[in-house]
Amino acid sequence: MLIRFITLVFLLLSIATSSFAQSDPKALIDQLGKADFKQAEELIGQIAATGDPRVVPALNAFGEGDLYARKSDGAVFITKAAGANFALIDPLTGESAGEAPKAAMVKLKINNNLRRVIRSAMGGLTLLSPDRTVRLQAADAVLRSPSAENLELVEAALAKETDREVKARMEEARAASILISNRSVEEKRAAIETVASLGGRGAISILMSASSSLDAALKPDVDAAIAKIETTQAFWDMGQNVWYGISLGSVLLLAAIGLAITFGVMGIINMAHGEMVMLGAYSTFVVQEAIRTSAPHLFDWSLAIALPVAFLVTAAAGLIIERGVIRFLYGRPLETLLATWGVSLILQQLVRSIFGPTNQEVGNPSWMSGAFQLGQMQITWNRLWIVAFSLTIFLGLLLLMKRSAFGLQMRAVTQNRRMASSMGIRTPWVDAFTFALGSGIAGIAGVALSQIDNVSPNLGQSYIIDSFMVVVFGGVGNLWGTLVGALSLGVLNKFLEPSVGAVLGKILVLVLIILFIQKRPRGLFALKGRAIEA
Amino acid sequence: MITSFILRALEGRIVAAIAILLAVAVLVPASNLLTPPDSALHIPTYAMSLMGKYLCYALLALALDLVWGYCGILSLGHGAFFALGGYAMGMYLMRQIGSRGVYGDPVLPDFMVFLNWKELPWFWHGMDMFWFAMLMVLVVPGLLAFIFGWFAFRSRVNGVYLSIITQAMTYALMLAFFRNDMGFGGNNGLTDYKDILGFSVQADGTRAVLFALSAILLSLCLLLASAITRSKFGKVLVGVRDAESRVRFLGFRVENIKLFTFVVSAMMAGIAGALFVPQVGIINPGEFAPANSIEVVVWTAVGGRGTLIGPIIGAVLVNGGKSFFTGAFPEFWLYALGALFICVTLFMPKGIVGTVQGMLANRRAAQAAAKAEAGQNDDRATPQIQAAE
Amino acid sequence: MSFKTKLGGAMLAAIMSTTAFHGAFAADTIKIGVLHSLSGTMAISETTLKDAMLMLVEEQNKKGGVLGKKLEAVVVDPASDWPLFAEKARQLISQDKVAAVFGCWTSSSRKSVLPVFEELNSILFYPVQYEGEESSRNIFYTGAAPNQQAIPAVDYLAENEGVERWVLAGTDYVYPQTTNKILKAYLMSKGVKEEDIMINYTPFGHSDWQTIVTDIKKFGSAGKKTAVVSTINGDANVPFYKELANQGIKAEDIPVVAFSVGEEELAGLDTAPLVGHLAAWNYFQSVDAPVNAEFIKTWHAFTKNDKRVTNDPMEAAYIGFNAWVKAVEAAGTTDTDKVLDSIIGVSVPNLSGGYSTVMPNHHITKPVLIGEIQADGQFEIVQQTPSVVGDEWSDYLPDSKDLISDWRKPMSCGNFNVATGKCGGKGS
Repeated sequence: MLIRFITLVFLLLSIATSSFAQSDPKALIDQLGKADFKQAEELIGQIAATGDPRVVPALNAFGEGDLYARKSDGAVFITKAAGANFALIDPLTGESAGEAPKAAMVKLKINNNLRRVIRSAMGGLTLLSPDRTVRLQAADAVLRSPSAENLELVEAALAKETDREVKARMEEARAASILISNRSVEEKRAAIETVASLGGRGAISILMSASSSLDAALKPDVDAAIAKIETTQAFWDMGQNVWYGISLGSVLLLAAIGLAITFGVMGIINMAHGEMVMLGAYSTFVVQEAIRTSAPHLFDWSLAIALPVAFLVTAAAGLIIERGVIRFLYGRPLETLLATWGVSLILQQLVRSIFGPTNQEVGNPSWMSGAFQLGQMQITWNRLWIVAFSLTIFLGLLLLMKRSAFGLQMRAVTQNRRMASSMGIRTPWVDAFTFALGSGIAGIAGVALSQIDNVSPNLGQSYIIDSFMVVVFGGVGNLWGTLVGALSLGVLNKFLEPSVGAVLGKILVLVLIILFIQKRPRGLFALKGRAIEA
Repeated sequence: MITSFILRALEGRIVAAIAILLAVAVLVPASNLLTPPDSALHIPTYAMSLMGKYLCYALLALALDLVWGYCGILSLGHGAFFALGGYAMGMYLMRQIGSRGVYGDPVLPDFMVFLNWKELPWFWHGMDMFWFAMLMVLVVPGLLAFIFGWFAFRSRVNGVYLSIITQAMTYALMLAFFRNDMGFGGNNGLTDYKDILGFSVQADGTRAVLFALSAILLSLCLLLASAITRSKFGKVLVGVRDAESRVRFLGFRVENIKLFTFVVSAMMAGIAGALFVPQVGIINPGEFAPANSIEVVVWTAVGGRGTLIGPIIGAVLVNGGKSFFTGAFPEFWLYALGALFICVTLFMPKGIVGTVQGMLANRRAAQAAAKAEAGQNDDRATPQIQAAE
Repeated sequence: MSFKTKLGGAMLAAIMSTTAFHGAFAADTIKIGVLHSLSGTMAISETTLKDAMLMLVEEQNKKGGVLGKKLEAVVVDPASDWPLFAEKARQLISQDKVAAVFGCWTSSSRKSVLPVFEELNSILFYPVQYEGEESSRNIFYTGAAPNQQAIPAVDYLAENEGVERWVLAGTDYVYPQTTNKILKAYLMSKGVKEEDIMINYTPFGHSDWQTIVTDIKKFGSAGKKTAVVSTINGDANVPFYKELANQGIKAEDIPVVAFSVGEEELAGLDTAPLVGHLAAWNYFQSVDAPVNAEFIKTWHAFTKNDKRVTNDPMEAAYIGFNAWVKAVEAAGTTDTDKVLDSIIGVSVPNLSGGYSTVMPNHHITKPVLIGEIQADGQFEIVQQTPSVVGDEWSDYLPDSKDLISDWRKPMSCGNFNVATGKCGGKGS
């Protein structure tokens, strides 16, 4: 009796343990369907420990949130949306397993911690993949979340690796793993050097996190390595800051450059300038919506398509405003302030009525997403494009003003209207098209700003004051002044920000502008000659 | 001499306006306090404090008119002086709360307690004394205007440049007052006042007195502004507006003239802010917003710049319209407001008062012309110049 | 002269006619006020709540209204202008004679109207999460207090993600300042060292986040697991998240948990690079409950737009509205004092499938939900706590830890000091 009981207990125990510590990946994956976060973490470890490369797609799908359990029997599948149904894919074999209605499936929950565990496990599993890029990613993953368990896998992979770049990355991954393993002090000392040669914040992070578990004998090495990285990093930080300043400056330039024409050249205190920027951003939104619904494959081109659309929309709006309101107000600059303020209220409310008051989503095309590494500096693509774009617009405008017949007429009219008129220039049309040009440029600035800011009816309001500051600081009527003004304000702001904080930094910049205007009442680049006295 | 200075101010329109204001100062509170609520003559407290608010705005617009209409300085930062006056008053009212705040701290206002401040910042000292706070209402905006103007006018910053840097000034102050570390309550500002000089700010009687005070101070400032503009100094002022260089060449110190007017105007704006705060019950950094200052310019333009009475009418009309439309047509009132600004600048460039004056002058000119045709006299030159102005 | 008199008269007449205009409605409806900005900077958030209130009123009227009378919503636009909030509140209460007001978003607007509601003895339902440290006899706070949002979120990160280093990033206004003060005290009481906490403030509408995101990365490279607790105000979030995504900060490396980012804020963003960043609320649109599905359906039908999202403040408005309806029906009148008595203890369904009860401190009970951002702009709920009572006076601030609020008779006090046994704050 007793013996029978003991055997029963053993039997049950063995079933229990086998069901828990089994090495059948399929069963393990199915258990994920019933696991909570803690259990899932263990299960992933066990799945990875099987070393079976067939589990890679399943883990991948888990990380992406594509792993679902069937409500009826708990079986776990990789799913793809197929209309109202899910197309089911067997998690191990990759074979199709038919379809199921969405309501019949329940998603396997995933959180950041599990994603991290999966990333680390995947790193170990795919180190031996035949695909070079996969191996590189795997080495990266191990480097980012090193673990002592992966060390042997890395070393095995390293022995077989032939590709130079992958090999180097694996060396680094190995070094990072050694630091938290129980290898000898000598090996660790070499590892510290390898990690330190990586440079940058990542290396500091690896060294700092390992330092608590390292031998006291290695502490000086770690500290020296960190100090060395910090010195070079300080240099790069400086460069990074200059870049941030330029990129902020280019945003200011974009926002201000249309105003440099309507306010700077024509003398209209154009309070509706911000709303032109906003209209440009909304044009981008409309274009993108149209592309999303009718031609999604063109999405990467959406900004290129939006540029002329935004230009035409805002230029037309500018033309209407000029013909309808502003042409009656030439020679009374302060009154244009009131009228354009009214126009800006109406435009804001109009957009609010049509599109609603909430933010609209304007997507980044793939070529404007992400960042690349330049030494230890990280440069985001969208900022780089915006800098390039604003400079292009600036140069284009400069050429138009200085080299074209229209530019000549424009300058003639703004400098001496009556004389220009006597020379046969149709001043009203030059006025109208100049204003339309300024508005249109504000519109294409809106296309670019939609990539980094909210697209909401308030968009314009947040740029209008800064734009005026830039134009006045640079000197009214001078495009070069606007360029220099925008860039120097941007860089100044970014150098103040780290030391005094963003809020005080902005206040200080404003105070400096006020003081600067006392010193040079007509801005950086004052126009010389009689025109300004008029 | 002072009597003649004031007597000169008493031109027909001004007398009428002051008379109306004083009548309002007596009649509205009387109707609010003395008549029963269901009487046809009763003005509810709500309407009275609303009108009190308009009067404060009117005073602010009047202050702007003094510098813009007569001296040619378009200040896009007058809201800053208004707000500073308001903050001075708000600080006094906060100190009066005493231990009735939610934390019951006898000295520190609530917002300092929950930000864990241990003692009062230096600039809050003395603000518990009414006379000192009232002095600050004048001194702080006046001093800011003095420093700002001293630099700006001396280096001959004018026109659009001046407008933009006044805007920068109010914008910088707004950002500064938004900071919680400044010690002015951050974005929440100062609010939940209990009493002023021992009287509850919520009592109808206090409200009536505040209303009457607003009307009286508005008429006093109107009198002062009128006296200034009608004195010899006022003539020079207009000269500065119309041809600054010529006035300078004639030997006048243009920067001092501008500075004086700017400081007086800033103090008036400070008074307006101080009266505004107890009637509205809150002051916060939103008052520094550049958009608010632009609105003041709009009221002045709607009423008629350079007329002193115009800005008062403009402020009351635009704000009355705003109150009405934000309640009656909440979705559409911005269209109406925007259209109003455009129409006024296009069709009534001189504002309501200026346009009416022009019409009256034209009629007079026509009558004079008729007389002249009859061969009686030829004094038509004056009205014509007026009309052409 | 005559012109001037006429003008003054016309102005007076205009004001009086406003009064007459609003007073003219028949008395067989019950009016409620809706005080949300429809223009200006806050319109972006508040307009949705106005729509939600109109929908709730319409639904209630379909069910026969309240006390046999139809409800009528009086909508005004305080235009994101705080003094105007006070003016409009006064207008709603004393001119339109509304029975209760639903409104406000920012703390500034609530602070601006609070004296008005106390003076004129009316009721305000405030539907947005806020910093606490307030309890008024006339206001019901149906949004989250810091302990119903911030503290559970921090707990979640510490327990499930092993976070040891914290960046508290916020917009420089009172809600982030107070929340961060509370969080700092709380974290330090849990053994986090001062040097492992970084606090950063930015101006309103901040749009250039390059430097700050770099600082966060720098702070996060100290070898300890780091997370960002964001109290960044609505408008500035879009550029902040865009910068995070572009600089490649993944949720697995440095997760960001936000208290002001909901479905509506995400609507302006491509969320694919943000998957895994978190938000803590008391409601998500993705809550799996029949009552929520019904609510979303009604909302889509009401707005005639099946892409409109729902969010937490809408749920708070829903709870507040239903609690008021129930209290009015229990009291049999809309009289303020009677409703104030009958509403305490009222329990109404919330949208996460449970019940919310109005507590004597004028805050309500709600569960805390932690959600991770998904690629479709919705949240996946990774944790849900049982119902938590809103704590008006934080236990982690030295000056408020002894204070409680209980508006039931006989205490009827918003700042009762349990240490001194007296009503009226900490005393001297």
